Amino acid sequence: MSDTINFTIDGKDCQGKKGQSIIQAADDNGVYIPRLCYHPELTPGGSCRICTVNVNGRQMAACTTPVAEGMLIFNDTPELQDMRRALVEMLFIEGNHFCPSCERSGNCELQALAYRLGIMAPRFPYMFPQRTIDASHPQIYIDGNRCIQCGRCVRAAEELDGKNILGFIGRGPFLKIKASSSRGLAGVEIKPTDRCVQLCPVGTIIVKETAYRTPIGERQYDKKPIGAEIEGSH
Amino acid sequence: MEPYAQHLEKHMRKVVIDPVTRVEGHGKVTIVQDDEGHIDRTRLLIVEFRGFERFVQGRPYWEAPVVVQRLCGICPVSHHLAAAKAMDVVVGVGPDGLSPTAEKMRRLMHYGQMLQSHALHFYHLCSPDLLFGFDSAVMKRNVLAVAAEYPDLAYQGIMLRKYGQEIIKSTAGKKIHGTGAIPGGINKNLSTAERDSHLKDIDRIIDWSKASVDLVKKVHGQNPDYFDGFASFESNHLSIVRKDGALDLYHGNLRAVDKDGEKIFDQVEPADYLEHIGEEIKSWSYMKFPFIRKLGKRKGWYRVGPLARLNCCDFIPSPLAQKEFEEFRAYTGGKPNNFSLHYHWARMIEMLHSAEMIKELLTDKDLQGTDLVRMGKKTHEGVGLIEAPRGTLFHHYKVDDRDQITMCNLIVSTTNNNEPMNSAVAKVADQHLEGKKITEDLLNYVEVAIRAYDPCLSCATHALGRMPLKLELRDTRGNLIHSLIRGASGS
Repeated sequence: MSDTINFTIDGKDCQGKKGQSIIQAADDNGVYIPRLCYHPELTPGGSCRICTVNVNGRQMAACTTPVAEGMLIFNDTPELQDMRRALVEMLFIEGNHFCPSCERSGNCELQALAYRLGIMAPRFPYMFPQRTIDASHPQIYIDGNRCIQCGRCVRAAEELDGKNILGFIGRGPFLKIKASSSRGLAGVEIKPTDRCVQLCPVGTIIVKETAYRTPIGERQYDKKPIGAEIEGSH
Repeated sequence: MEPYAQHLEKHMRKVVIDPVTRVEGHGKVTIVQDDEGHIDRTRLLIVEFRGFERFVQGRPYWEAPVVVQRLCGICPVSHHLAAAKAMDVVVGVGPDGLSPTAEKMRRLMHYGQMLQSHALHFYHLCSPDLLFGFDSAVMKRNVLAVAAEYPDLAYQGIMLRKYGQEIIKSTAGKKIHGTGAIPGGINKNLSTAERDSHLKDIDRIIDWSKASVDLVKKVHGQNPDYFDGFASFESNHLSIVRKDGALDLYHGNLRAVDKDGEKIFDQVEPADYLEHIGEEIKSWSYMKFPFIRKLGKRKGWYRVGPLARLNCCDFIPSPLAQKEFEEFRAYTGGKPNNFSLHYHWARMIEMLHSAEMIKELLTDKDLQGTDLVRMGKKTHEGVGLIEAPRGTLFHHYKVDDRDQITMCNLIVSTTNNNEPMNSAVAKVADQHLEGKKITEDLLNYVEVAIRAYDPCLSCATHALGRMPLKLELRDTRGNLIHSLIRGASGS
């Protein structure tokens, strides 16, 4: 029996492999499904729901749903895009995201996704929450204002760096990431080359004194929109 | 004797110009007249509150140059560079430790900004007053009317500004609110393609800048007595100058001279500014009132900006501007020039100097260097001074062991010119409003005086262009005596 799985995304015939999630199989076929908490090196989080697609009439998270034979998947529909816009807008309004002065501007997945989705302004009122900064470590700092609680850092620390140094505390709107030491980041083994630092999609986990080193025009998303690397691969 | 408050209540009336137009920001002028129609006092009120000094607290120090430049959309480069200079000190590099490429790229950025800002100030905001006269019809007092009647001049002004903006883009990454200067250096050099595109037009830019100086001189020559006398008063002057006394818009030490040109202090290092400059807070304004400590609050106020810079420096280190400087100085016999409208003359000489400096820098191979950022032993405090287009700009920060900003003090150009602008308004009110019915032309005189100094009220405490103008004449009991309303269309 063949391991090849045949399915369609937005009418395009695609082939996947057994064991792949929809998002993995879509990537291999050059179809970009917007995502934030998903990263190919990590087990899927399934928390942000940006990668929601319509599978045989039901909405499913593409990062946690295994691709299956004969699936009819819709990704680029007005309904799904508007839902994604709403989700991204909510992420913006529930944090303190000041792109104009943020050092991740141009290299930020949240900002790039907002541009790709054509978000001009959020439909929801800003919440301006009180968030905290952990600047206790000499080389790394956590700016809670910009955190979207995607959990990529927590998973990367455990799965790639082999350290239980980051975790979530609080619930609901008060959920936030925190270093697992009463002394904050200063009390944990963390270094700039750790994947938990590098995989932050926004400007929350930052390596100190590296800001604005890349000139405007040469940053990651200055020339091509987010997802172009997947779409351009085929 | 009746108490002062009661005296005011009974005998004074208030003229309010709100908002002031063709300035960047939202100002309000209050003129209080006594029963005989004499000017009792004038107050230029800046009604906005910005709060930058407070909300950068807690932010990492490297964000400051990018955050604080949002104070202004006309001269963000000044704030960007002043903050970067302060943070150079924090990262242990200081003004002398930057790589030649970093310093020259920043200088190029700054001269580009001087060029665009001075062109904007003169052509877009002030030329209607000078070309059509202060009494001209409201419909003519805007840059579009200049474009209709003097198309070549308007084109020149717009292209001068555009050139400066393109220089900023090549050095900061964006025309407005770039990220070029970072603590310890710069994040890019100038590509040869960028260099060549700028070199192609620079001679024309220098010619236009020279023609701009000639234009001011021509306007002045048509009615010198009026031009000299308008809103003029004697004052101290302050700016940074190079160690040899030359005009240096990017870096130097503080010098202050009095109305006769005697030095009050000279070569004061930026870090020592607080020993010589104090700031007074007054209950009626969000703007602080800086003063020279040695002279006290009452007599220690001073002017900054193009006029003050040319009054403080000994020479200008570029040939065409130096020639104009000599003529400028000779006009007042070598003594400081205290004529308010001569700000425009000084401003255009500086624009010429900036254009000459841009040409010099563009041919410097250091701009293609690759040594961009240097770091040294970190400190906890840094002061950065720069000559912004409107005048001396002070940025002072304290940073803790965690790299977070704990204190920020900004003395912006407009704040430095606070008392001089009040004096200019008082002078104009005294010259033109006393005993006369309040007319729209007279209101514009007040605005002309303010614009000679500064179209940038938002820095000191935001909206450009024609804002609605409302004038109310009230007595101190709040009774409306006369009102005049100008709509956004000028009707």
